[in-house]
Amino acid sequence: MSTKNFLFVNRKAPYGTVYALESLEVVLISAAFEQNVSLAFIDDGVYQITKGQNSKGIGMKNFSPTYRALGDYDITKLYVSTESLAERGLTVDDLMELTYEDADDDYAEKPSIILVNREEMAAMMAEQEVILSF
Amino acid sequence: MAMLHIVNKSPFERVAFDSCLAHASAGDAILMIEDAVVGAVAGSSFSGKVKAAMADKSVYVLGPDLAARGLEGKAMEGVTIVDYAGFVDLTANNDTTQSWL
Amino acid sequence: MALEVGGKSIALDEEGYLENLSDWTPEVAEALANAEDVTLTSEHWEILNFLREYYEEYQIAPAVRVLTKAVGKRLGADKGNSKYLYSLFPYGPGKQACKYAGLPKPTGCV
Repeated sequence: MSTKNFLFVNRKAPYGTVYALESLEVVLISAAFEQNVSLAFIDDGVYQITKGQNSKGIGMKNFSPTYRALGDYDITKLYVSTESLAERGLTVDDLMELTYEDADDDYAEKPSIILVNREEMAAMMAEQEVILSF
Repeated sequence: MAMLHIVNKSPFERVAFDSCLAHASAGDAILMIEDAVVGAVAGSSFSGKVKAAMADKSVYVLGPDLAARGLEGKAMEGVTIVDYAGFVDLTANNDTTQSWL
Repeated sequence: MALEVGGKSIALDEEGYLENLSDWTPEVAEALANAEDVTLTSEHWEILNFLREYYEEYQIAPAVRVLTKAVGKRLGADKGNSKYLYSLFPYGPGKQACKYAGLPKPTGCV
């Protein structure tokens, strides 16, 4: 099977619509097929990876812990828009600490979140072969 | 004739919240639920509009939706956090309800 | 579908996975395995316990590749390989082990 660069662009808040959860499921499936997968969190998509999510009160499953498993799936590049965070009154400290273990560096734990501005995000997008937007 | 305006869309994604604020009258109540709760967060580019609405309207946010999105404790000053019982009270205490879907 | 365990009826979906993950007990695991002519050994349980812990932490059943790698890290390279895992769960370590562990079918499971 040929390996392609996949980018999943996440632009919606979780729980209010099903996009965030659907995206996460497709991400896990494509990673199981050993594709080179990266994620982008833009606009309201940044709310998907906020820390301290507690969905008990709305009777829905809290799927935010699953983002912490992405490293196990060799998904190590999570691009987060700095402008989107700032517009929403958020900083990187409001996000979960998402990491992966680098097999090429004695399994050292490294951060998966990469903060990028719009220009850098656009340049990263230009390098992708398949882009799926949710 | 006080009206309760219920808004459930993120102000960063749709114009529903903006439209709601533009059409609400003095003395009305505004309740943020579902994805609209992100509008309650302090320091966002939208917070100024909510603050302005508070001059003559009461503004509420549904706590369980705030908590689900990891935003508990980030609501701006002056926004009242309500639970589901508070939601019911708001609908009961206002003459009419309008949902900005 | 349903499974009788200790006088209690446990609801299963059409593929034999638990309808309600909260129904799971070690006895349910034994019954699910026995229904497929498998007797659970301590080697099976090592994997089932690992899967349950993984689900508890990440809220997903891991893909086989991820399971294999993670088992290798936790239990050693002699167990973290598909030959070993398939010897325990010949119908597929993802599908079969997750079923006994009371987890949903792994996302992207083939």
